[in-house]
Amino acid sequence: MEWLNILVQGSLLGGIYALFAIGLSMSFGIMRLVNIAHGDLIVLSAYVALVVTDSTGLDPFSSLIVVVPIMFALGYVIQRGLLNLTLSGGLLPPLLVTFGISVIIQNALLAIFGAYTQRLKGGAIETASVHIPGGISVGVYPLLVFAVAVLSIGTLQILFYRTRLGRAFRAVSDDADTAELMGIDNRNLYALALGIAMIFTAIAGVLFAIRTIFDPAAGPIRLILAFEAVIIGGLGSIWGTLVGGMVLGIAQAVGSKLDPTWQILAGHVAFLFILIVRPNGLFPRTRD
Amino acid sequence: MTLLQTTNLSAFYGDFQALFDVNVNITEGETVAIIGANGAGKTTFLRAVAGALDTLPDSVVFDGRPIGNRTAHEIVRLGIAMVPEGRRLFPSLSVEENLQLGTHSERRGPWTLKRVYELFPRLYDLRRLPATSLSGGQQQMAAVGRGLMSNPRLLLCDELSLGLAPVVIRDIYDCLGRITAEGTTVVLVEQDINRALDASGRFYCFQEGRLALTAPTKGFDRAAIIAAYFGL
Amino acid sequence: MEAERVERGTRASRVVAYSAVPLLAALVSLPWWSDAGTMRLVAEMAYYVALAQLWNLLAGYAGLVSVGQQAYVGLGAYALFYLTGAQNMHVYSALLIAGLFSGLIAIPVSFAVFRLRGAYFAVGTWVVSEIFALSASLINVLGGGSGLSLTPDIMREIAIDRSDRDLILYLLSLAISVGVFAVVYLLLRSRQGLALTAIRDSEAASASLGVNTFRTKFIIYLVTAACTGLVGGLIFLQKLRLSPEAGFSVNDWTVVVIFMVVIGGIGTLEGPLIGMLVYILLRELLADYGTIYLILMGALAIAIMLKAPSGIWGWVTQRYDVQLFPVGRRLALAPAEKPQ
Repeated sequence: MEWLNILVQGSLLGGIYALFAIGLSMSFGIMRLVNIAHGDLIVLSAYVALVVTDSTGLDPFSSLIVVVPIMFALGYVIQRGLLNLTLSGGLLPPLLVTFGISVIIQNALLAIFGAYTQRLKGGAIETASVHIPGGISVGVYPLLVFAVAVLSIGTLQILFYRTRLGRAFRAVSDDADTAELMGIDNRNLYALALGIAMIFTAIAGVLFAIRTIFDPAAGPIRLILAFEAVIIGGLGSIWGTLVGGMVLGIAQAVGSKLDPTWQILAGHVAFLFILIVRPNGLFPRTRD
Repeated sequence: MTLLQTTNLSAFYGDFQALFDVNVNITEGETVAIIGANGAGKTTFLRAVAGALDTLPDSVVFDGRPIGNRTAHEIVRLGIAMVPEGRRLFPSLSVEENLQLGTHSERRGPWTLKRVYELFPRLYDLRRLPATSLSGGQQQMAAVGRGLMSNPRLLLCDELSLGLAPVVIRDIYDCLGRITAEGTTVVLVEQDINRALDASGRFYCFQEGRLALTAPTKGFDRAAIIAAYFGL
Repeated sequence: MEAERVERGTRASRVVAYSAVPLLAALVSLPWWSDAGTMRLVAEMAYYVALAQLWNLLAGYAGLVSVGQQAYVGLGAYALFYLTGAQNMHVYSALLIAGLFSGLIAIPVSFAVFRLRGAYFAVGTWVVSEIFALSASLINVLGGGSGLSLTPDIMREIAIDRSDRDLILYLLSLAISVGVFAVVYLLLRSRQGLALTAIRDSEAASASLGVNTFRTKFIIYLVTAACTGLVGGLIFLQKLRLSPEAGFSVNDWTVVVIFMVVIGGIGTLEGPLIGMLVYILLRELLADYGTIYLILMGALAIAIMLKAPSGIWGWVTQRYDVQLFPVGRRLALAPAEKPQ
């Protein structure tokens, strides 16, 4: 039963990792851009939520009503104003520009909020737990996060495969030049893509900040976790990202069982292992 | 009336000049052929008109509007559609989704999904399949259909016959008549001279980025065309 | 009739070659006409320029954009501290072995990270560095989370007197920095360097011409790792204290280095030098305002990437066709063949 417990806890942990990964996955899938600032944007969302909850007294979940539109707009502006300019220059410009954005966000947060650790208060739900068959006790909160992850990915699936916009996204992802020749405004589409990615990034940021303490330097590790989930799951697969997150979570749970200080390291090792053995991830889709 | 006019149109790929002062005039409703050898600049010309290449604003005038420096998607909305060389259908989309993509032009007109399926009945049966799993001829029909779905006034067709069997080419060119009957102006770029000249009223012959010859197709001396084609 | 020659030097480079001697003399003699604070600053400039040249070699020439070179800084530092501490090795031998050890570790690392391309390679190298940092914090003999210190005994191996030690370490920093620069310079002037430039310009084309792109990149990755490890050992030899956070710090050893190279001019030898000067200038000028100089550097790096991707030096060479450290080759036409 011990191992079943690890499996369950690890899988649920994968929920937050999958949520981290969505934004990164969209950026790469549609714009072919690895956003080095992705982790910092997650943390930024948490800080925005902090400001909203402190000034309005709203709980973190309700603060999403404000945080999500703000982050959507920020994503749209960043892509349209900055990142669109880097897309034709090869590998370095997008990498270095997003790197620059990352450094700016981290240091701006440091200057404004200081280096103190923060947390969002989620209330009773943080510690509530339920019993499921098999004698396992799972926290309500991890269950909630996992459910949000599944819902988010499901929503994206519908967006990509059942809407006009999703069709445009897939076309641009296939062949941006021809998409433009069909009347699609690529610049606007890319900006929308990052904006939508930021919706999920904002949700991820708020949800993670309720359970985990954060500070201005918390971004990079989130980027790495998101990255690992995407690579393990396989580039180009939406549901693969969920599986990738779960595999990562399970690896961490196993490591944590052996020794609590080994949790993150275990995840890294699992990532490296899969990278060496199955470089294309578990559910790769072709094309790059 | 003149629908498309290019004046001293020059185009570059980086430092390499691909078009030199090309002057082309196309009247609404015409079917015009553009012929020339590989590398003569035919595709470059189409891409310049369609906005995939930047040129001086006045080099390309469409319906009285200078469009040389407009983006490709703006030009689609103005009424120019491209059927690209090699089809370039979207692999992640089904046949029907590829067709529906044409509606991003936001233009009204006679072409709807239903009309396109009437023109290419075979596509209706295949509509749910991934577009690139179709045969070459079917893909070409889908690509033409996708272009039509944007309800263009000017349809640019780049190498319709590329890689297709003669009987398939004939089928596609037969459909061309129904398209022009709706009043759509068509520009055909072809390496297959005979097909293009049979289907068009006028032609332009390109040679190494320059206009070598232009004339009505009817009764024109084939020997002169060949001379211009090869730059003799 | 004279045949054509392949020339290496330019007029500007000859100027630099001649003025390098007095400049080096000034730097070497610095301890005798300046104070300890300035010595420390110049030593810091020396090791930063070395790190920047190495990152530039990797990213600007070999096209391997790594965001994980701090892995080797920390690795070299930990090797030095462990060998001098637990293994009682002499400082200088330990420093050398630290560099070699880093190069050795780079071999298995490359097996993993070379499977990734482009930006994925970048993040992959970062993950490797995190693994090193986490591992160091978990290993007791390496001091765990709190790290290690260099004992006075170890430091006395360099020199008994404090000021003699400072002098030696300063000169060592200069020597290693110049040495790294020489390694990079000679590498780029060699046939490997020509291969690198070809790979940078077009990997597909150079592969089709028979350039073994994998082997070239592999060698560059190893050499860079070894030199970075050596510099890492040197850095912490002067800091005296080492912790996983400090040794494997992304901010200290990668963010700053990347900014230097990008702002100075990536893919040029002069760039890292200029970038380092810009960084030190900004940092010293804005020291009172906290981390605002980092925000500024970030904004500057973004602006340069968008407007002048070749950096400050790239902009200069485009305007004035100057090369201070010639690595290119030009065909010198015989007088009779020069076009009129």
